[in-house]
Amino acid sequence: MATVSRRRKGASIGWYTILIGLSLVFIAPLVWMFITSLKSRDEALRMPPTILPEHVSGKGYGTIMGGDSQAPVLTWFTNSMIAAVGHTALVLVVASSAAYALARMEFPGRKVLFGLIISTLFVPSFVMLIPNYLIVDSLGWIDSLWALAIPGAAGAFGVFFLRQFFMSLPPALEEAALLDGANHFQIFLRIVLPLSKPALATLAVLSFLTNWNDFVWPVYVMFNPENMTLPPGLASLQGAYIADYPVAMAGAVITAIPVLALFLFTQRYVIEGVSRSGLKG
Amino acid sequence: MAERNRTRHTGRFTPYLFLAPYLLLFGTFVAAPIVFGVWISLHEWDYMLPNKPWAGLSNYTDLFDPDSLDFDDFWQSMRATGIFTVASVPFLVVIPLGIALLLHRRFPGRNLFRALYFAPYVLGVAVVGLLWRYLLDPDVGAVNFVAGLIGLPDHTAWVNSLPWAWIGLVAMTVWWTLGFNAVIYLAGLQDVPAELHEAASIDGAGVWHRFWHVTLPGLRPVMAFVVTITILASANMFGQSYLVTDGSPGKDTRTAIMYIAQEGLRGFKMGNAAAMGFVLALMLAVVSILNFRLMRYKE
Repeated sequence: MATVSRRRKGASIGWYTILIGLSLVFIAPLVWMFITSLKSRDEALRMPPTILPEHVSGKGYGTIMGGDSQAPVLTWFTNSMIAAVGHTALVLVVASSAAYALARMEFPGRKVLFGLIISTLFVPSFVMLIPNYLIVDSLGWIDSLWALAIPGAAGAFGVFFLRQFFMSLPPALEEAALLDGANHFQIFLRIVLPLSKPALATLAVLSFLTNWNDFVWPVYVMFNPENMTLPPGLASLQGAYIADYPVAMAGAVITAIPVLALFLFTQRYVIEGVSRSGLKG
Repeated sequence: MAERNRTRHTGRFTPYLFLAPYLLLFGTFVAAPIVFGVWISLHEWDYMLPNKPWAGLSNYTDLFDPDSLDFDDFWQSMRATGIFTVASVPFLVVIPLGIALLLHRRFPGRNLFRALYFAPYVLGVAVVGLLWRYLLDPDVGAVNFVAGLIGLPDHTAWVNSLPWAWIGLVAMTVWWTLGFNAVIYLAGLQDVPAELHEAASIDGAGVWHRFWHVTLPGLRPVMAFVVTITILASANMFGQSYLVTDGSPGKDTRTAIMYIAQEGLRGFKMGNAAAMGFVLALMLAVVSILNFRLMRYKE
């Protein structure tokens, strides 16, 4: 098995210089996005650019928050939140119960079923784009948040991810509970789920990020500005406010803040989740 | 007591009860669409028309017939996806490895730097696209401004001329997704046994020698994985072109996914679009398998 690697110790000043230089490359564009969102339209078009805004202007934010029917950003924000939270809750419920059955129960067809589910991880999602549009259309979900929250929860990733985790829990736990007369529902709810909080948290964060950021699907299934979420909304915003960069950047900042904040508080979960599932995927 | 023991054998249907909610979703939005997609691709499936006549394989054969309506546009979009993939994958395989090596040691602030490099990846393509549309603006963008400061041409048309549009799209994608690959390499590096490094050091091997003969071979499976997922991600490219170049100049940067979505969901030529999706998927499957063969079993 993997040995605990003894990493080389220490870092010189040169090392830090490189690391900090690289950080600037990653962070500067984000800072620039924020600064620009506070400029006036004219100032954002100036060359050479002003670094800090001469006059902090709320116009970028004002335009998109002021009940402008072309770009109801607050509505999009609320819609995005509803879709992403609903999607995440659904993933947690359906993936955890399915993963529990696949990890901890014996039943005919288990291996075949698991193989079938996992094999779809290798089917690129664009193959399902056209048929899913028709299926969602037949359910009457086009241009509604159902289309954004529900179909994505059918993906195999959550089941795969949680099954791995459940299999790592010691079987003695539930054997003892079974002897005490507990049934599978009780074991699942009272023993397995509480022990799986880190894995559930990781899956929750990853599901939220994926749903919040999804682009192709919402661009094609959402039509009415009132019903949109932020990503297709931003695309229409860019079309409606060509070269009004503070408006575009204000929209981008509002979209970025929830995910950056979430990442700030859960970065270990996110990064460990990505590297774990990445390696075993 | 006997009462209790009986509950050990939970009902025969219990597993299926646990599975039912997920299987309902899986059946409706994953399994059915795959089968239904094949069915659609075998028909002249115009969303707007009541009749969807059987078309056999003609939606597929049309894609390989230079006289068909879709031929030029389809292959030009495949070419765009190919160019983007070939141009971006090397950077996304090599630079993250360098960054992972930088971070693969214990020092104060390591997790902070790791998080900073990863941060752009948590943003959606909508945010990244709007941001880079501004950064790459030929007249007022920060990229041309910085280029001018260091003595490079400061009026490059990043958005609508070649090869600059590709360079801009690749650069923004590298900036956006590099942290993801770096994190995967970093986890892989932890599995390369430290004893091997020590043994090589004792034998007098230098840093460079150890990198080539210990680190890289140890990382080979991880690298095969990174190459594969990066190819797949690049082949899925949509948002960057949609938001930054809108496919320009001409249709040069219109990618395959853009064309498929446009044909199928705006032009409602769903039979054609579904067939295109399967052709692209099949080509990707071949590339992935070849790549794994080459990288895993080469010795």
